[in-house]
Amino acid sequence: MVTNKFDYIRAESVDDAITLMVKHGMDAKLLAGGHSLIPAMKLRLNAPGVLIDIRKIQELRYIKKDGNKLVIGAGATHHDIATSELAHQTYSMLPEAADLIGDQQVRNIGTIGGSLAHADPAADWPGVMIAAGASVHLKGPDGERSVPAEDFFTGFYMTELQENELLTAISIPLPPEGTRSAYKKFMQPASRFAIVGAAAAVTVKGGKIERVKVGINGLADAAFAAGNIEKALVGKEPTEANIDAAVEGTGADAMVMADHFASEEYRLHLAKVYAKRALMAATQ
Amino acid sequence: MTNYIGKAVKRVEDKRFLTGKGRYTDDIVLPGMLYAYIVRSPYAHAKINNIDTSRAEKMDGVVKIYTGKDIAESGINGIPTGWQVNFKNGDTMKEPPHPLLVADKARYMGDGVAVVIAESREEARDAADEIDIDWEELPAVASAKKATEDGAPLVHDEAPNNKCFDWELGNPKEEVDKAMKQAHHITTLEFTNQRVVPNAMETRAAIGQYEEATGKYTLYTTSQNPHLTRLLLCAFVLGIPEHRVRVVAPDVGGGFGSKIFHYAEEALMIWCSERLKRPVKWTSDRSEAFMTDAHGRDHISKAEMGFDKEGNVLALRVKTHANLGAYLSTFAPCVPTWLHGTLLQGLYVTPKINVDVTGVFTNTVMVDAYRGAGRPEATYLLERLMDTAALEMDMDPAELRLKNFIPPFDGVEQPGYQTQVALQYDSGNYHAVLKRALEMVGYEKFRKEQAEARKEGKLLGIGFSTYIEACGIAPSAVVGALGARAGLYEVGQVRVQPTGKVSVFTGAHSHGQGHETTFAQVVADRLGIPLDDVEIIHGDSDSVAFGMGTYGSRSLAVGGSAIVKSLDKIIEKGAKIAAHKLEASEEDLEFAEGKWTVKGTDKSIAFGDVALTAYVPHDYPEGVEPGMDFSSFYDPANFTYPYGAHVAIVEVDKDTGHTKLKRFIAVDDVGNVINPMIVDGQIHGGLAQGIGQALFEGAMYDEDGQLINGSYMDYTMPRADDLPSFEIDRTVTPCPHNPLGVKGAGEAGCIGSTPAVVNAVMDALRPFGIKKDLEMPLTPERVWRHMQS
Amino acid sequence: MPTKITMTVNGQSVTKEVEARTLLVHFLRDNLQLTGTHVGCDTSNCGACTILVDGNAVKSCTMLAVQADGSEVTTIEGLSQNGEMHPLQEGFREEHGLQCGFCTPGMIMAAVALLDRNPNPSEQEIREGLEGNFCRCTGYHNIVRSIQYAAKKINEPKKAVAS
Ligand SMILES: Cc1cc2nc3c(=O)[nH]c(=O)nc-3n(C[C@H](O)[C@H](O)[C@H](O)COP(=O)(O)OP(=O)(O)OC[C@H]3O[C@@H](n4cnc5c(N)ncnc54)[C@H](O)[C@@H]3O)c2cc1C
Ligand code: FES
Ligand code: FES
Repeated sequence: MVTNKFDYIRAESVDDAITLMVKHGMDAKLLAGGHSLIPAMKLRLNAPGVLIDIRKIQELRYIKKDGNKLVIGAGATHHDIATSELAHQTYSMLPEAADLIGDQQVRNIGTIGGSLAHADPAADWPGVMIAAGASVHLKGPDGERSVPAEDFFTGFYMTELQENELLTAISIPLPPEGTRSAYKKFMQPASRFAIVGAAAAVTVKGGKIERVKVGINGLADAAFAAGNIEKALVGKEPTEANIDAAVEGTGADAMVMADHFASEEYRLHLAKVYAKRALMAATQ
Repeated sequence: MTNYIGKAVKRVEDKRFLTGKGRYTDDIVLPGMLYAYIVRSPYAHAKINNIDTSRAEKMDGVVKIYTGKDIAESGINGIPTGWQVNFKNGDTMKEPPHPLLVADKARYMGDGVAVVIAESREEARDAADEIDIDWEELPAVASAKKATEDGAPLVHDEAPNNKCFDWELGNPKEEVDKAMKQAHHITTLEFTNQRVVPNAMETRAAIGQYEEATGKYTLYTTSQNPHLTRLLLCAFVLGIPEHRVRVVAPDVGGGFGSKIFHYAEEALMIWCSERLKRPVKWTSDRSEAFMTDAHGRDHISKAEMGFDKEGNVLALRVKTHANLGAYLSTFAPCVPTWLHGTLLQGLYVTPKINVDVTGVFTNTVMVDAYRGAGRPEATYLLERLMDTAALEMDMDPAELRLKNFIPPFDGVEQPGYQTQVALQYDSGNYHAVLKRALEMVGYEKFRKEQAEARKEGKLLGIGFSTYIEACGIAPSAVVGALGARAGLYEVGQVRVQPTGKVSVFTGAHSHGQGHETTFAQVVADRLGIPLDDVEIIHGDSDSVAFGMGTYGSRSLAVGGSAIVKSLDKIIEKGAKIAAHKLEASEEDLEFAEGKWTVKGTDKSIAFGDVALTAYVPHDYPEGVEPGMDFSSFYDPANFTYPYGAHVAIVEVDKDTGHTKLKRFIAVDDVGNVINPMIVDGQIHGGLAQGIGQALFEGAMYDEDGQLINGSYMDYTMPRADDLPSFEIDRTVTPCPHNPLGVKGAGEAGCIGSTPAVVNAVMDALRPFGIKKDLEMPLTPERVWRHMQS
Repeated sequence: MPTKITMTVNGQSVTKEVEARTLLVHFLRDNLQLTGTHVGCDTSNCGACTILVDGNAVKSCTMLAVQADGSEVTTIEGLSQNGEMHPLQEGFREEHGLQCGFCTPGMIMAAVALLDRNPNPSEQEIREGLEGNFCRCTGYHNIVRSIQYAAKKINEPKKAVAS
């Protein structure tokens, strides 16, 4: 339980962090809550030469309403989100998912920015962000840009983040009236990460589903939007029978993972069960 | 008045733990101490062609690097085993050497090949990465059954087909076969009792300290039995002089069997310290612990039980392949044989039993005793058979058990019960525990609820398990005849100080069991003094005369009895002094409530005054030695036999196969109870571990012998929200053959609980028909597949 | 390259030089001799190392000492006030919430944080609140009782004032 040697620098601001990244190049890594990075370093699975600590950068830690968006700073901890009234009002799946991450110790320090940047396929935030239609805001030496969450996760621990870019925030458009949401997670029993997590945001108008977005994590190498469900449910009544029919084929095109806890077949089955559970919770 | 026995006295040891002042091995820092990091094989089976340490040696802080070659050249022996089980044909078991570090080839993933010693933990770790090893990977075998097949890779060249021994117990096979032929129904199960990792929360650690000026060796180690470790270290491994070796097991953070054994790292730290003339510390990382702590269980068995029309058991036939791992750990050969085969009578009158066990080497870490050791495997086998048979014969599982139980006997008026498999049970009323458990469950009501739930598509299930265990290990002559290479008595010394305060030295070791409280209760009660006047000292071979340690639920039954023997001697001697002081004859005195009184008078002398007199013997009886200090060895007359009945209620999620344990009821009989609070705690902890095996735990080696779930990210430890509050009760049937009437409570929970949970899940799945057995742990996917099949 | 850090540990300010890679748990154990905080794993799961950093429960094996520069740290050694045990320490003793004692410091510190946020937890909330802490000895049964005991004790005087 000893990491390799490294230098440690505490960044004073986002711009400072970017300057430091540029200066130290590939050898450097950002350190947010450290709850993905430090465990890997302790096992020497990761050995950066420089750590740039961004945890104390106050401009990254906030949850606020900005016009018709909810904006969450990358430095907001899982606990910040779990207890945020604003987050709850926007999408109840936000605090719901936050509460299902790790344990109280992890939630106190792990950040949403770190989680999204790390892009563990079994992490909880990616699916929720997709269901919420979030945008991920990135800043680098060449300026700022945003990427829709749906396009942000590109593969196994891979994202759209480019070298020297820092994830600053995510923004979530405020949902239309009549929208409800839920996140349901089937836990890997040892680590308690998601074997399958399903986040659903559903807008019902006049007894019919007007808009639905389901994000699935855990199942595949990267979180994805379950387009099949969207297609099948829009315009339909939110009945159990319709939901049952809609979840069929969830994950059919995904790169489904398998391990000793859950085979590919079982994971695909769970994806249907959990997509249904999330949809039911968001509609019934 | 002092009266502590039977009371829930709060633990005297707690304060130091609650305030962060416990002193565990890794907390100890000695002046000039060095740190060791052990380089281990990443392969299950591989030849070492070359080790190049030159780069590592030049690293900052590195003091020395030793490899297996250095160990071999020093001429020391390897780690021995403490038990011999021979082949059926009389051939000696295979006992290949187990070197402290291997020089030629690694035989399991985690086998030590080199040790780096540096000024700091960090420097030792850094240097280890710079050692280059030229490995030549060899084919490996991890399954005990596959290992015995022709052509399987050989772990040790001297053990053909990887067989360490084969062994048989009970009635002759032909008799059992004959009885089976007459059976109306035979229930057959083939299953694996999977490998589990003990996972004491404190990982193992050892500090070796050799002091050149005095020639003294000290080993601080995470051990359940410091004296046994010293004996093995001195007599077998290093050949160092026992009288100059001190082994200290300070506070130890749980053991559950895994810290009984003498491990290579203990001897290695002493060996290194002797060479470097500085103390050397090694502390296991958790990943290292997963790879190198002895695992438990890992039996592959076929079990058949024959019944007559009415459901009476006629015969039991068992064939087991027991995985021993790559080398023989301290008790390894004993666990699947004398601690498993002998318990196959269970609580039943089964007239014919034959058990056949093959001990097998594989390319996996050593397998040895884990909480229950052999007895959980026996219980699992019997109790899965019982519930399965009930299902197959359409009988009630509780009824089937009650029908086959051995009738009650107290071991005093009625003799002990002679089993078909070598044991004589001491005393028991087996019907009573199951009946009490049924009452607590509300059995009939539950069955109605279950029927209702099934109508709604909910899967509720109930499972039973009854068990007996052989504890209080063990009569030395008996175990000697069975192959033990040590006696299994215990030592208890009671030193009354001049002021009447009492120091008690026990060879048992407490690593959570609360000896410092329970033993003090016994002493305070017997001597009629306040609990606070008694101090229990354990774990240090320099202060405690000798001892065999704590395992097999033996501490109170054997260690406590040794203390009682010394207390008797104290009281006897005290009476002589008291008689002299009171000018009465010894026969006219009675000892109660801490004083000797001349019967029928109010003339008395207090314990403290007698103690002072013994140390200031001015006015003193003739021919009596001064002082008050007695030591006793207690060698038990028999094992003790706790037993009980456990019931689990589960609900299975139809969609996912996830099992929720809703209730767990345990009724245990552990004989007399000194501290009910502590006994309850022991039961709770055992239950969690047994339930853990049923639902969550299991070490997995792949075909290449790679441990694929060697961390808490992959090996499921039961957490608080995985378990319900337990509903427990007990009956009390005293042990007739030890002075305290106690049987032992450490393993009970772990023995009874596992099959109860599995039986409950099988019961929940009943609407899906009777199908093939489910393998533990009952992961959601396994249960789901069972429903799909 | 050693870095100089300053933090308040159990009410006392400490300044030391450490390597950047020094984990907070090793800093407490090795540099400050506060060995009450334990290490039970290397994957951040077991919780034996739980302490409070700026009032929040944190796994000190998953934080660098340099990250805690400027923070306020409380360990098990700092829990009792003026020689009087904290209600949780008392609860663990009264309800036999510990056996080997190895998980206990982390368990108690996690429970301190738990009760801080939810002074009146249900049994289920207690069990869920302990998901980051393993105990191999007690089966958690008496740990739950111990925390219930402490919750009652902490709430009692408040109730008395309110009524
Ligand atoms: C015991 C345990 C249990 C856990 N359980 C769960 C769980 O159930 N579900 C779950 O989703 N997660 C779980 N996690 C992971 C946890 O949520 C982490 O906190 C999270 O994944 C990473 O966030 P962090 O702030 O700790 O990031 P760090 O570990 O600091 O960083 C992670 C990676 O992201 C990079 N990074 C961090 N911040 C930024 C940024 N702003 N911009 C660009 N790159 C950045 C870092 O360089 C690093 O490569 C668990 C962790 C532990 C230790
Ligand atoms: S030591 Fe296990 S979580 Fe920190
Ligand atoms: S008391 Fe031993 S691990 Fe909890």
